[in-house]
Parts: sequence; structure tokens; C-alpha cells
Amino acid sequence: MNAPVNYDSALEEARRDAASLPLSEIDVSDPTLFQNDVYYPYFERLRREAPVHYRKDGKYGSFWSVTKFKDIMAVETRPDIFSSEAKRGGISITDRPMEFRRSSFISMDPPRHDEQRKVVSPIVAPANLNNMSGIIRERVCRVLDSLPRDEPFDWVKLVSIELTTLMLTTLFGFPEENRHKLTYWSDVATQDVNAGGEVDSEEKRLEILTDAVRTFTAMWHDRAAKPPGFDLISMLAHGEATKNLVNDPAEFLGNLTLLIVGGNDTTRNSMSGGLWAMCKNPAEWQKLREDPSLVTSLVPEIIRWQSPIVHMRRTAVVDTELGGQHIKAGDKVVMWYISGNRDEDSIDRPNEFIVDRARPRHHLSFGFGVHRCVGNRLAEMQLITLWEEMLKRFPRIELLEEPERIYSNFIHGISRMMVRIPS
Amino acid sequence: MPKVTFIEHNGTPHTVEIAAGKTLMEAAVHNNIRGIDADCGGECACATCHVYVNAEWIAKTGLPAEGSQEASMLSFAAVTQPDSRLSCQITITPELDGLVVRMPEGQH
Repeated sequence: MNAPVNYDSALEEARRDAASLPLSEIDVSDPTLFQNDVYYPYFERLRREAPVHYRKDGKYGSFWSVTKFKDIMAVETRPDIFSSEAKRGGISITDRPMEFRRSSFISMDPPRHDEQRKVVSPIVAPANLNNMSGIIRERVCRVLDSLPRDEPFDWVKLVSIELTTLMLTTLFGFPEENRHKLTYWSDVATQDVNAGGEVDSEEKRLEILTDAVRTFTAMWHDRAAKPPGFDLISMLAHGEATKNLVNDPAEFLGNLTLLIVGGNDTTRNSMSGGLWAMCKNPAEWQKLREDPSLVTSLVPEIIRWQSPIVHMRRTAVVDTELGGQHIKAGDKVVMWYISGNRDEDSIDRPNEFIVDRARPRHHLSFGFGVHRCVGNRLAEMQLITLWEEMLKRFPRIELLEEPERIYSNFIHGISRMMVRIPS
Repeated sequence: MPKVTFIEHNGTPHTVEIAAGKTLMEAAVHNNIRGIDADCGGECACATCHVYVNAEWIAKTGLPAEGSQEASMLSFAAVTQPDSRLSCQITITPELDGLVVRMPEGQH
């Protein structure tokens, strides 16, 4: 589905709808709100009138919406109360049938989460980020130098997907020539079964991803037989807490998709959404041209603005209270990062895109607490490098039409964005 | 007001004043000391205000209690050492006047 032809009238209609619906009928889980980019007024109303809001029997079942920054932080920092365990429901608002709930370290609570996460986290330690900075810059330069001039092209395809997928090949030690498979698996792993795409059932998803398991199982046995190397598969194969992971295909697939999606989809959409935001805010782009050192605050601002992960879900394990509401054990609790990132009580002028914010990293896009994004500094480094090299080459990039966005309430994704670079 | 010193990874020292009752993290952030990111704003939820406490001060600052949220978050920080602390969890008191801490290679 394309974005509505007349975006302004669609947003106006959403404003009327959000203002007139009874609170109990507001359902922010509807993926078309994100696909059509008209979610703002619904969250504005919830933050104002019902910051911890219960929706009974919505499109994705019954759930609590947590919409303010501080309440989200309160959920993030109590994994003992708000569980991520796959068997309780995991981290997405979608309740998959039990047989399709794949565990991974993002959908585990401490202490197992801690043991598995620590195996892979050294790949993004400061010293290794320094090691990777050269290859990242070299690829950014190569990709930008190959872009067409004076003719329309899809930024998502030629830049965002290309750069983030190349990054994945490095992280996994995956053959570069087969990199399109990583993009495909990443999209398959997250596609909403109602999106109208190839993945129309959980069975279909598993069927396609079984090919990924086969590929990575072969790589695993190859790496396990060699001395430890510095790629994610080798680290998992040699890690004390994960060395038998390959024998549990469901958990192996869970962790693979976590690392593929986490290392790919999110940064991809910030690469697209960042350019979109700058095209919509030309005065901010001008500020950056005049002072390129602002890239280090531009990038966290882009990540806040895009909010690449729309929500994370938890499940209450005991009766508890949040924002004055009584949450029962077993209730589904959804933290809407995309809303907390626009919370006027925690972020100054949240609805403005500002490239020189005083504290730009004070945003929710990476999550907080024990599940905070392990690759957050790598994501920033890729985006900083991209913008540094864009600034050197292109005084202007024109947005030719509104981007096409994906049908999802989990990944805030841009699937196509036509632009032109004037020579 | 108590004085505290942050030593950057490259050896550059910064000595600043901070009122008792504030945290060590706030001393860095309010004085724009690079290398203390404090993304979460002092909630002990991001481990980007990580410091190493100089040996002579460990007795006064203490170390994170086993099983505490600070210990948990620190276990995910890069390049931790036995003297690692999150500076948002150190509240400044008159006894900490003169405190010296070092910064890791990067926050993460």
C-alpha cells in the first residue's frame, strides 16, 4: 500500500478521529497508523489523557499501552516484574502460537539473557568498533560515489539496504556475494502476516527461515572446527553459554533473526528516515552544512525521530501498579518507544527535529535496562560516517515524493524513497 | 563545594566542583566533560556513565552490591574492571571531596 495521495488530509482525518473516539476504543496497534504515518494524534491523546491505557480486544488482543518516557523507563528497569520471556509472550505485541515462539536472548530474562548476551557483546566493544571504522567508511564512499546524478533513484535500495547488509556480512563473516539473502531473511523474520506480502502465515515464515538455519548451521560447524574468530557465528560457536545453541534449532533461529534484524533493519530505516527528516527540515540541514561537527548530535536525533523500533512488549509476572493503573499478572504491557520519544515532559520541543540538541542521546529508541540495544554505538558510527561523507559530496538531495512505509506496528520501516541528487 | 577529577582515557584531567547530594555523573554532564554520555539521565539503565574509581577512593565510594541493578548493567558495559562503577550511582558527599576517577576507552 502506498502512502495516501494527500497526506495532509489523511493526518487531519486522523486528528479528528483521535479526538472523537472514546478512549476505550483507541487502538494504537493498528499497523496502518504507521504505514500511513498518521499515528501521532492517537499517542498525543493517550499521553495527555490516559498515559497507561488499556485496550480490550484490540487488533492484537488486549494490552496495556505505556506511552510516556518515564513510565517506559519504569518498565524497562524492572525485568523481574515485566518479563521478556518468549513463553510468556516475548517482546512483540503479536501473540504467536506457542509452537512458533522462538527464544533468543532478547526474549529471555536474567540470568540466561545475561549469559548469552555477554557472548556476543564484545563484537561491538570500543576497540572493535575502531577496527571496523575503516571498512565502514570505505564502503560508504564506494556506495555514495556510485549513485546516479540528476535522475530519480530509490535511496532505500541503493544506500540503506546496501550499506546495512554489507555491515551484516562483516558481523557474521557471511559471503558478500550472497548478501541479498540476509536482507530477505531479515524482512521475512519481521513481516506482519496480514501485510499482504509473501509471509502470510507463521508456517510460511518458518519454511523460508529454515533455509537460513541450514546456511548458518553449515557456517557454525565450519567456525566451531577452527580457532575462535571475531565474527558472531564463531563467537557463539565458541562461547561457553552458547556452544550448544546449534543443537536447538528454534533457539538458534531465534538468536540468528535477532542479530540479523537488530543489525540490519533498524539502521537501514534510520538511514532512510534521516534523509527524509533532513529534506523536511531544510534549515536544520543548512545548520549542519555550516557546522559538520554537528553530525554527532544529528545522528542520535535521527534515531529518536525515526524510532526504528515502534514498540517492545513485556508481560507482567505479578500484579503491579504503573502510572496509577492496576496491572494484573499475565497482562500484556506494550512500551511505545515511538510515543515516549515525543513526550514533552521528558524531551524539550519533542515535535521538532533539531540537529544540535543539548542531550540528543536521551531518547528511547535503543531501549534501556538490561535489554538496551547491544549495537547502539555501531549503529551511530555507521550513520555518522554516512552523513560525514554525504556532506562532503552532496550539497543537496531532493525528495521526489513521500516515502512508502511498511505495514507493521513493530518495525518503523521505509520500503521505498525516491530522491534525486542534482549535479 | 567538593571537587572531583575525571581523567580522560588519553590522560587529560578535568577537575570540577559539584554540590554534595548531586551525583558524580551530574558533575560530568553539567560541566560538559566528554566521555560521560549518561544516555538514560541517571536511571542506572544504560551503563554509559562508566568510570574506574582510583584505588585510594574505593573504600569511600564502595563497589556495586552483588545482584544490584548497577552490577547487572555494568556486566554489559565494555572494558569493565574490578574498580568499575556507574557514576550516576555515586552520590557526592563532603567525604568524597578530591575524588579521582578515570574513564574507559568508550561508553557502550
